[in-house]
Amino acid sequence: MGMTITEKILARAAGKESVRPSELINAKIDVVMCHDVTTPAAIRMLVEHGIDRVFDAEKIVVTPDHFQPAKDIKSAELAKRLDEWARRHKIKHYYKLGRAGVCHALLPEQGHIRPGEVIVGGDSHTCTYGAFAAFGTGIGSTDLAAVIATGELWFKVPASIKLVLNGALTAGVYSKDVILAVIARIGVDGALYQAMEFAGSAIAEMSMEARMTMTNMAIEAGAKNGIIGFDEVTKAYLDGHLKEKTEYTVFESDADAEYVSVEEFDCSKLEPMVAMPHLPSGGVPIDECSGMEMDQAYIGSCTNGRIEDLRIAAEIMKGKQVAIRTIVVPATPTIWKQAKDEGLFDVFYDAGCVISAPTCGACLGGFMGILAAGEKCVSTTNRNFVGRMGHPESEVYLASPATAAASAVEGKLIDPRKCL
Amino acid sequence: MTEKHEVVVMGKAWVYKRDHINTDEIIPARYLNTDDEQELAKHCMEDIDKGFVGKVGEGDVIVAGEDFGCGSSREHAVWAIRGAKVATVIAKSFARIFYRNAINCGFYLIESADAAEKIGDGDKVEIDYKAGIIRDKTAGVEIKFNPLPGFALEIINDGGLLEHIKKKV
Repeated sequence: MGMTITEKILARAAGKESVRPSELINAKIDVVMCHDVTTPAAIRMLVEHGIDRVFDAEKIVVTPDHFQPAKDIKSAELAKRLDEWARRHKIKHYYKLGRAGVCHALLPEQGHIRPGEVIVGGDSHTCTYGAFAAFGTGIGSTDLAAVIATGELWFKVPASIKLVLNGALTAGVYSKDVILAVIARIGVDGALYQAMEFAGSAIAEMSMEARMTMTNMAIEAGAKNGIIGFDEVTKAYLDGHLKEKTEYTVFESDADAEYVSVEEFDCSKLEPMVAMPHLPSGGVPIDECSGMEMDQAYIGSCTNGRIEDLRIAAEIMKGKQVAIRTIVVPATPTIWKQAKDEGLFDVFYDAGCVISAPTCGACLGGFMGILAAGEKCVSTTNRNFVGRMGHPESEVYLASPATAAASAVEGKLIDPRKCL
Repeated sequence: MTEKHEVVVMGKAWVYKRDHINTDEIIPARYLNTDDEQELAKHCMEDIDKGFVGKVGEGDVIVAGEDFGCGSSREHAVWAIRGAKVATVIAKSFARIFYRNAINCGFYLIESADAAEKIGDGDKVEIDYKAGIIRDKTAGVEIKFNPLPGFALEIINDGGLLEHIKKKV
């Protein structure tokens, strides 16, 4: 019996010839991602347990991104704990403020993600890295503490489901619309404990930025990881981004690999999607919600805060005014500079947007765009849970950067194809 | 140290019939600027039930539907529940990271669709971990559940993952 990419990567990390779904393994971890919300707790635990050590100061990447620049005193204390620890252990890849960015945009951009490797992070959207034919999964603070000290972690090998996405996306429809449609079909626990493997011609046509939007939201279907096979697009991105360690191993799913289920999607018929409150599975075609008045538009996050997303938004806003408060958050300093150099900031400024420093910010209700009771926000982020971006009585509508930008101009949800 | 899975606890059940109760509801991100368990406990379940902290008592249990704890990897959700002195969560199913975090913290979870259906809000329940039985004293029913798998029990009995691995490092 053959194996999936996910199984092959985990077998390699466990030092085994092969693994089967449900098997318990102990895997060696290649990269550990640390940020300012979940890592400070891990540091405290390590100190309390008398094991304040790091397994490899070169395999840990630190980026204070969630509540930084510190939004309040308590957040400043967390960042301080992280900073002191990173210095104490001479963490090599410590991105201090000014170079720090939204983790899942920063790590691939700075060349820390390589095919065939196992990456864990104290953040549920660590599944983003699967876009590079790598295994990425989110963990909590105790797991983080364990892996920081030992470089190993126990896993139950997930079974895989395969999502075959065929057909060309039409103008105005993007990878965000695809993943919202997928989650609307399979549900927020449609891939619970499983690996979501994306394949098909629609994926092959996507840029790495667009693919990252897909794997980023695998967790919103309950998946352990999302994964996409290696191809020329992956290779071209890696050639331009890998710095120190440039070799990697490419694994492919065998033809006779076993999948729990195979779902097929025809992307050519897809329309722009909006996920209605309060679950990411609440996706409906734009026609069904068009005209709903919004109070805020938010363009950013690890899902859609990359340069490609900002370009799409700027294209729509060019020469227009936003009708509601609109917050644009480039995900990393590199993206920020790129957007500035390309003149996108002029477009956003002229349209009346706020341009923020890189941060996870309001995506998780931290700061930089919190909602009041009763307010509605169209957002390019990944979750629309109750209270996610602010008051428990506020509402979040998930959409693509195009839909968010068009809706910002209109002041209400609108089909972006009307503005192209 | 008494092994957690051998203890019999008695408390009140707080039932939330819904599926997909997520970590943002259990502990909203506006409180994630601290990792202090007692501080987090003050806001436990705040965005699903503002009155929860005022009524919950030591040894009580939370009962819910499918996919409890979905969303963020924040272990703060487990800490908030544990800090509120809740003995366990009984759900039809759990989200992956929440389940893993609970085991790593030494916090026992019970997956039982049967119990999630049968237990009524405010019922007095007794949990016999060793026997794998929940006794709903109010309804007068006994519900069997599958204990956690061996490796998870080992971690829980060691007092969590860090105590567990401390033997090795």
